[in-house]
Amino acid sequence: MKFDWRNNRDFFAGIMYISTGSAGWWIARDYPFGSALRMGPGYFPIVLSALMILFGIYVLLLGVRNNEKIQGNWSIRALIVLPLSTVIFGILMEEAGFIPAMAALIPISAAAGKEFKWGEVILLTIGLTIACAAGFIYGLGLPYPLIKGMWGY
Amino acid sequence: MELFHNLVFGFSVALTWQNLWFCFVGCFLGTLIGVLPGIGPLATIAMLLPITFNVPPVAALIMLAGIYYGAQYGGSTTAILVNLPGETSAVVTCLDGYQMARQGRAGPALAIAAIGSFFAGTVCTLIIALFGPPLAELALKFGAPEYFSLMLMGLVAAAVLAHGDIIKSFSMVAMGLLLGIVGTDVNSGMARYSFGIPELTDGIGFIVIAVGVFAVGEIIQNLGDPEERKIFTNKVTGLMPTKEDLKRSMGPIIRGTGIGAFFGVLPGTGPAIASFSSYMVEKKLAKDPSRFGKGAIEGVAGPESANNADAQCKFIPTLTLGIPASAVMALMLGALTIQGIAPGPQVMTQKPDLFWGLVASMWIGNLMLVILNLPLIGMWVMLLKVPYRLLFPAIMAFSCIGIYSVNNSSMELYLTALFGLIGFMWMKLDCPPAPMLLGFVLGPLMEENLRRALLISRGDPSVFVTRPISLGFMIATVLIIVVMVLPAVKARRGEITG
Repeated sequence: MKFDWRNNRDFFAGIMYISTGSAGWWIARDYPFGSALRMGPGYFPIVLSALMILFGIYVLLLGVRNNEKIQGNWSIRALIVLPLSTVIFGILMEEAGFIPAMAALIPISAAAGKEFKWGEVILLTIGLTIACAAGFIYGLGLPYPLIKGMWGY
Repeated sequence: MELFHNLVFGFSVALTWQNLWFCFVGCFLGTLIGVLPGIGPLATIAMLLPITFNVPPVAALIMLAGIYYGAQYGGSTTAILVNLPGETSAVVTCLDGYQMARQGRAGPALAIAAIGSFFAGTVCTLIIALFGPPLAELALKFGAPEYFSLMLMGLVAAAVLAHGDIIKSFSMVAMGLLLGIVGTDVNSGMARYSFGIPELTDGIGFIVIAVGVFAVGEIIQNLGDPEERKIFTNKVTGLMPTKEDLKRSMGPIIRGTGIGAFFGVLPGTGPAIASFSSYMVEKKLAKDPSRFGKGAIEGVAGPESANNADAQCKFIPTLTLGIPASAVMALMLGALTIQGIAPGPQVMTQKPDLFWGLVASMWIGNLMLVILNLPLIGMWVMLLKVPYRLLFPAIMAFSCIGIYSVNNSSMELYLTALFGLIGFMWMKLDCPPAPMLLGFVLGPLMEENLRRALLISRGDPSVFVTRPISLGFMIATVLIIVVMVLPAVKARRGEITG
């Protein structure tokens, strides 16, 4: 079979390992290496990075030989929306409080899926926000203001 | 007699109202996430870990343990009724369990899974009580070389028993070890791989990686490849297995318990390996192997006993040696650390209420699980009908709150988002994340012990093979590798883990 790099699973896995190892080596190059007797902080990282690069080359060659393809579908939408919803939750927790953070997180993350029904999502948001506030803030005593700037917080 | 005395003491701890309540909560949550595909005990325990700070140590551990073994019970329900493994350890249960359900025998399949698990749970409670104290005593003799060799063995076992190419698994172990380095070096005080971000000088939180990869990454993956859920059995009737069923299942349950206990004590392996092995053994031993895959009750009884035995026996190396035998166990040790208890062999003597209370609670928990899973099966079937589009935003909400409560800082959330993406990439490239997680957990411990061992031996690496216990672990490590690259085993490995 002729080598084809597109969608080649192990080829890309190899590249990922080699680049991780190289980056690890590059950053750790200034850490004192030490000796086997007295290992410096650079010893373990450099040895591991070297190992990663070696493994990476093997996996890359494996990909050149077996041409295995990456399986399954991608959801670009989920790939962008889900991490984004996590980040927005983080920002709102610091800036606006628990209720706004939940009210943003749930609809946004729900929008990562293919089916999105407004009615359902609104009910889910209200239900989960109340349940989580009751369980985590009142039940377990986590010290988060429901809405920042209200009730003396 | 001491054993009896200790167990009575354990039950006196576990039977307080508070501990019973937390045991129930753990088992209930465990069954819940076990039944639901797409969320496992690892992510759940990781999410709940920070909030256990507000709970007494014994109660916290009892609850977290309940989630872990409860998930093994729940996982079988989904496997049998929907032909989807609720947990990876229930993959083999699908083979014959679902066929039994299609033949209208879902009830007996569920019942035998619960009976097998309960038997395994009872036996393993006794095993822990019997072997825990002597092992802890032995572990007190361990020095840095022994700990290093033992952890090396665990990592090799985790890599070798993961699915896919062995070198890819080893690379993931190395990846985990590298990620574990991030933070301040204990010996020199130097910040490594921290990119000048102050939050990173404390290292990346284990919870961040676990939730990022196993909750967020997994959801991204599931949304790309939606799975079909067809519930074959709407109503489970006639739970009681026949006399014939029980007779057939007895051998597999006993053998499965043995296999599970063996793999359980071995660090680095997960319950999936135990259940696969048990299935293979039963198929080999059966008079008529062709029945397997067509609804043979042995194919449910053996693996279900094995995965529960494994889940419980994992506590042996974890509690007696103080090193995490699997990623979930690392979380258990994390729970101890949050409470200010240093994990290690001394836990048993210094905190006997913790050790024996936990052991006793496991048996009580197993009893609760039988009740939760058999008479209340209808409730779980209803839960299975909740569509995924409602489920995953809820998982996201719990994940985010759990992560935020680690340090009350949003930095953790940004890192979780990043690890969600990385985890998704790993899954797509077929790089197993489980060995990575164990490497991550063991990394700092290993570096520490390696340095210490070589310092004691004045830089002579032979210290790892001249001390008898360490030599034993090294030989075992080499054996694991040799056995796995033998062509015959390699082919079989593909069959089992592929």
